[in-house]
Amino acid sequence: MDAPRRLAEKFTEPALEAGQALWFLFRMLAGLRFTPSQILSVLQQVYLVGARSLVIIMICGFFVGMVLSLQAINALEQFGASEQVSLLVGKSLFRELGPVLTALLFAGRAGTAITAEIGLMKATNQIEAMELMAIDPVQRVALPRFAAGVISVPLLTALFNAMAILGSVVFSIGVMDLDAGIYWSKLQTGVYFARDLMQGVWKSFVFGGTISLIAVYFGYSSRPTGAGVGTATTNTVVLSSVLILVFDFIMTSFLT
Amino acid sequence: MQSTSPDHSPKAEPIVRIRDLVFRRGRRTILDGVSLDIPRGSIVAFMGPSGVGKTTILKLISGQLTPQSGSIEVNGRDVSKLTRNELRRFRRDIGVLLQDGALFTDLTVFENIATPIREHSKLPEPLIRRLVMSKLSAVGLGGIEDRMPHELSGGMARRVAFARAVVLDPCLMLYDEPTTGLDPIAVSTVQTLMRETNNVLGLTSIVVTHNVAQVRKLADYCFILSEARIAGQGTPDELRASDDPGVDQFMHGKVEGPIPFHYRSPDAPWSLLD
Amino acid sequence: MRANYKVELASGVFLLLGVAAMVWLATSATNYGRNIGDNTYTVTARFQNVADLRERAPVKIGGVAVGIVESIELDPVSFEALVTMNIAQRFNEIPSDTGASILTSGVLGDRYVGLEPGGAPDMLQDGDELFITQSAFVLEQVIGKFIFGAGTGSEEQ
Repeated sequence: MDAPRRLAEKFTEPALEAGQALWFLFRMLAGLRFTPSQILSVLQQVYLVGARSLVIIMICGFFVGMVLSLQAINALEQFGASEQVSLLVGKSLFRELGPVLTALLFAGRAGTAITAEIGLMKATNQIEAMELMAIDPVQRVALPRFAAGVISVPLLTALFNAMAILGSVVFSIGVMDLDAGIYWSKLQTGVYFARDLMQGVWKSFVFGGTISLIAVYFGYSSRPTGAGVGTATTNTVVLSSVLILVFDFIMTSFLT
Repeated sequence: MQSTSPDHSPKAEPIVRIRDLVFRRGRRTILDGVSLDIPRGSIVAFMGPSGVGKTTILKLISGQLTPQSGSIEVNGRDVSKLTRNELRRFRRDIGVLLQDGALFTDLTVFENIATPIREHSKLPEPLIRRLVMSKLSAVGLGGIEDRMPHELSGGMARRVAFARAVVLDPCLMLYDEPTTGLDPIAVSTVQTLMRETNNVLGLTSIVVTHNVAQVRKLADYCFILSEARIAGQGTPDELRASDDPGVDQFMHGKVEGPIPFHYRSPDAPWSLLD
Repeated sequence: MRANYKVELASGVFLLLGVAAMVWLATSATNYGRNIGDNTYTVTARFQNVADLRERAPVKIGGVAVGIVESIELDPVSFEALVTMNIAQRFNEIPSDTGASILTSGVLGDRYVGLEPGGAPDMLQDGDELFITQSAFVLEQVIGKFIFGAGTGSEEQ
């Protein structure tokens, strides 16, 4: 008699959590007021969450650009079509690799940091202290970090893409001696602003929102112990990564 | 069900009046019809074994928890029936010192103490500065306003948290194990601050604590909670002299008594030990 | 609040960098602004076979893009492919007897519509049809013709 109920719980529990997370999102957005102090704390979080991820994003972007070009030239050479490398790299980067890889890196670096920080504040009673001072912790702690994530991820994606193009240029033109004029002209005529680049931009906004909501919610609802915070950060990375890839497929099928 | 009459001179009525308070969490009954009064201007201690519900009573008084039944009146108003806005106004007038201080780790000492002021008033910046600095010097930490919490020692952090709790001159102070984890000097310092502030500002203080010695030095009156009810109450001296076995075991820290050494888990063969 | 100043500066720099990267990508790595624009007029042409010509394919004269393929539809009566093209307004002196062919860009490239200007005195207007058309070059058909055509020819001789 117990087993079917427990099996049903495996479905109802995630559904319940998802509902609570959406309610949390609503609470955060309801507190959006654009006061100077709010903007200031969002900016501060943009620094902690976005600017501090800059180095890792840019380095990875550069190498992804290089390896993508390497693989592309390798494949295209067989058809004598090496000149198309910039087209191939540009399209695949802007539409898929840029947004997805940036989001995954962000989830690992900044997502976990947000979850850990909020979880720790909860474990050391800081959240409770805020409530006792009649300060809404959701607005004071969660909202700025969420907003910072939504702003930072698209920007980081753009920087990732830019560094990847740079890496591709360095490799294709510098190492493989492709003609620079052909490279840029193929890129600039074949890669579409609306279909390729903007598709990636919309994706990065969705990814940013997803990761930030998960990170903030798991931190806020973590068990206030050391182990609890640890579990919460792991869950943030795992769930974020899975949802990024799922939403990537969904969005790609809508936008293509 | 026990109730107490205020034992102080014909002053104002008690600042906190609890009647028939029942609080359950899940299947556990944590408070079973507790009634008590807290006299105005006194320092009252709540004691008892860990997990008995001392912190729960504090949370019920501050409105963080709602009882299943019964009433908690602070200055004549039932806390459990306040609306959200009324609760917010109410929290302005009580100060809370949580366990370990709970300073905001991402703000400076100054900003920590200033937070309640900024939240509950629109005072101009220079006035805020005066207020914060005066509270800081009152706790003996005049020069550290730009430091971050992680740079402070345990005792200093606790004093900053104290300053933050009293910065709006509340009428009621709630302390949750205020000296746990501090060295003896820091313990004395905090206790002195509690006593002096209570007298100087005309506060009433409710202290949840394990520390029997502290209670003897600090408290005017004590309640000992055990098994969801008040097991004993009185001045520290009265309690020490009490012959109630539960009170006696707690006040003298005895291993055996009504609360046994062996935890009675339901499935172990306890009959073997008896 | 020295710490605050540093933080604001750093996040401001980050925001600017991000936006700059986006702008650079848009202008230097895509075809933004290099498309035909909105000021266009429409001409049509019918083909037997457009092969894999796609919508948004370029329309070129002498290799220079002057327009874009708006739509490709099937005429249900004649079973010809009806191609609608938008030509940029600034190229408004194309003779009305211009021919249109479906060409391939390079060996492996995409199909596009190439226009071969005629000599008529009047120019193409909005809504005109190009009557001189040449269908796409489909490799299999040509090879098929060559194989079967050569057989017939040598038999006759």
